[in-house]
Amino acid sequence: MARKMRIFTWCVLLLMIAGIMLAGCGNKQAANVIKIGANQEMTGNNATFGQSATNGAKLAIKEANAKGGVIGKQLTLIVADNKSEPAEAANAMQKLITQDKVVAVIAPIASSNVIAAAAVNQSNKVLAISPTASNPKVTVDPDTKKVREYLFRAAFIDPFQGSVMANFAGKSLKAKTAAIYIDNTSDYAKGLGQYFKETFIKNGGQIIAEEAYLQKDTDFKATITKIMAKKPDVLFVPGYYQEVGMIVKQARELGLAIPILGGDGWDSAKLPEIAGGKALNNTFFSNHYSPDDQSAAVKAFVTNYKKEYNQNPDAFAALAYDATMMVIESIKRANSADPVKIRDELEKTKNYSAVSGKITLNSTHDAVKSAVIIEMKDGKQTFKEKVNP
Amino acid sequence: MDFASFLQQLGQQLINGISLGSIYALIALGYTMIYGIIRLINFAHGDIYMLGAYFGYFATAILKMSFIPSLIIAMVLAAITGMVIERAAYRPLRSAPRIAVLITAIGVSLFLEYGSMLLVTPQPRTFPAVFPAEIYNVGGLVLNSQQIVILAVSLILMLVLNYVVHYTKSGKAMRAVSYDTDAAKLMGIDVDKVISFTFAVGSALAAAAGVLVGIYYNSIDPLMGIMPGLKAFVAAVLGGIGIIPGAMLGGVLMGVIEALVSGFFSSTFRDAAAFGILILILLFRPSGLLGKNVREKV
Repeated sequence: MARKMRIFTWCVLLLMIAGIMLAGCGNKQAANVIKIGANQEMTGNNATFGQSATNGAKLAIKEANAKGGVIGKQLTLIVADNKSEPAEAANAMQKLITQDKVVAVIAPIASSNVIAAAAVNQSNKVLAISPTASNPKVTVDPDTKKVREYLFRAAFIDPFQGSVMANFAGKSLKAKTAAIYIDNTSDYAKGLGQYFKETFIKNGGQIIAEEAYLQKDTDFKATITKIMAKKPDVLFVPGYYQEVGMIVKQARELGLAIPILGGDGWDSAKLPEIAGGKALNNTFFSNHYSPDDQSAAVKAFVTNYKKEYNQNPDAFAALAYDATMMVIESIKRANSADPVKIRDELEKTKNYSAVSGKITLNSTHDAVKSAVIIEMKDGKQTFKEKVNP
Repeated sequence: MDFASFLQQLGQQLINGISLGSIYALIALGYTMIYGIIRLINFAHGDIYMLGAYFGYFATAILKMSFIPSLIIAMVLAAITGMVIERAAYRPLRSAPRIAVLITAIGVSLFLEYGSMLLVTPQPRTFPAVFPAEIYNVGGLVLNSQQIVILAVSLILMLVLNYVVHYTKSGKAMRAVSYDTDAAKLMGIDVDKVISFTFAVGSALAAAAGVLVGIYYNSIDPLMGIMPGLKAFVAAVLGGIGIIPGAMLGGVLMGVIEALVSGFFSSTFRDAAAFGILILILLFRPSGLLGKNVREKV
């Protein structure tokens, strides 16, 4: 019996080794195709973000291919699902770079996922550009304070977004006191909360309550009751739509009528589904672009996107489109599919006319551009105002 | 904070806590009944609750049924699932050491979680609103119709369970098997049938909790059962595992404690408080609040 077991174990081991060797031989880069990876939240709690972003990136690649591709080659997009989880984001990055041999990666949407995967693409010297990750730590390593060479973003950063909302609360809504309710598991929400607080206090306001929840929580009534007792003028909830939807719903059920504010994590068609259109009245959030914007670039993008997917593009689709276009543009300028050369060109991006405004990458690889504030009216997003940097 | 506003907050937190607690109580009942009868902590119980929520979702969203029929369908389907799980996973291990069954239960739990992820995708789903959430304002306290429905349904189910356990023949058989399995067998009770029945009842209650939660929070996903499952387990231990009224008491207490902790201390301490209770109860009163200290027979 023991001998049989041993033989069996050896067989399994041999099979595994053979499998690894075969997998290693299978992926030869086809000569006339350039591969771009997308490490996205296709499933899980942020799934609508990743799906929109992938649609946006696909549209960019399709348009580039229709124009004859870049440097005489066609482009393909390879999508890897990170399940909205940091550990999976690192795995997906590993797979895209080492197995699929992509020349650049459209990095995840959520800051926590980009940060978790950063070490992988840094050490492999392949650039990753996140459409929307807005936490400063994404491009600047918090321990060494050095800029991560191979990480970029097509979005503005949280200090800007947080201060835009704080100014909006203080100036447009005339709020004197605010409560902050953050997602304690998200770097993005914590960052936004911190910068909102700093600006709001600088403007002479007062933060009277700071509460936190965890991702996947479902009951927020106890904490909302506590916040209500302090009677703030506005509530700032910089989380993601899944929990935000439940928070807004439960807050309105408890009779909390004050304006509720948030960031770009609110931008999802699921939000009105979860919260209900009526509950979302009197809520505002900052975003990268609005499909109602009347500029020519936005109009053309919205028309093309609708033709392709039969739905309105959200900010994630727009920013992923921009990020992909920036990468394609860099390949063109580099006149090569060498990942390091592409990176060098991407770093030089200046005044690039994108859908979400004119993009210039600054010394910390962040996009400098304008933000919009969206108001929810009966479950529909409406364009409220545009704020320049 | 002045006294009147403190009282009002306390009242509101009690309402929040009791509606959450009655959900825990419904799940805890299944834990406690199954433990009472075969001395097994059925870790897959939280996932039956998740399955119940999905059965309810498909009944309301796809078959367009109203609340009561979909609740009943979810309960029946979950009861069948519970019986199948017992037949396939636990019955073959009836004479195996207890630890083997416990590990099997963890395996079944993972199987249900990731199996349903495969079937229905990990995407959270939005539960359709089967009845409107009307809001009542009673002396500054806010109560909505969903909370009332949750409370009413849980109370009715607990009363029915109490009746079944104490005044029917199968209930009597259940109590007999729980008291002494071998003696019950000698008296001509079909033990396998009774255990199967217990799994059916426990699973049906968990499914009811799942549907209620789906309606109340409006969002369900394949991993939704893990946390409530664990908390209901703590609730069952708190009340005294194996004791039916203990599970009800423990569940409601857990809900109220969670609401008070997040309401008056910090919301981040809520889960710590729940599991802190488990440690305290195991240290100082291992047989639970309503349990008697029984020596293990040798």
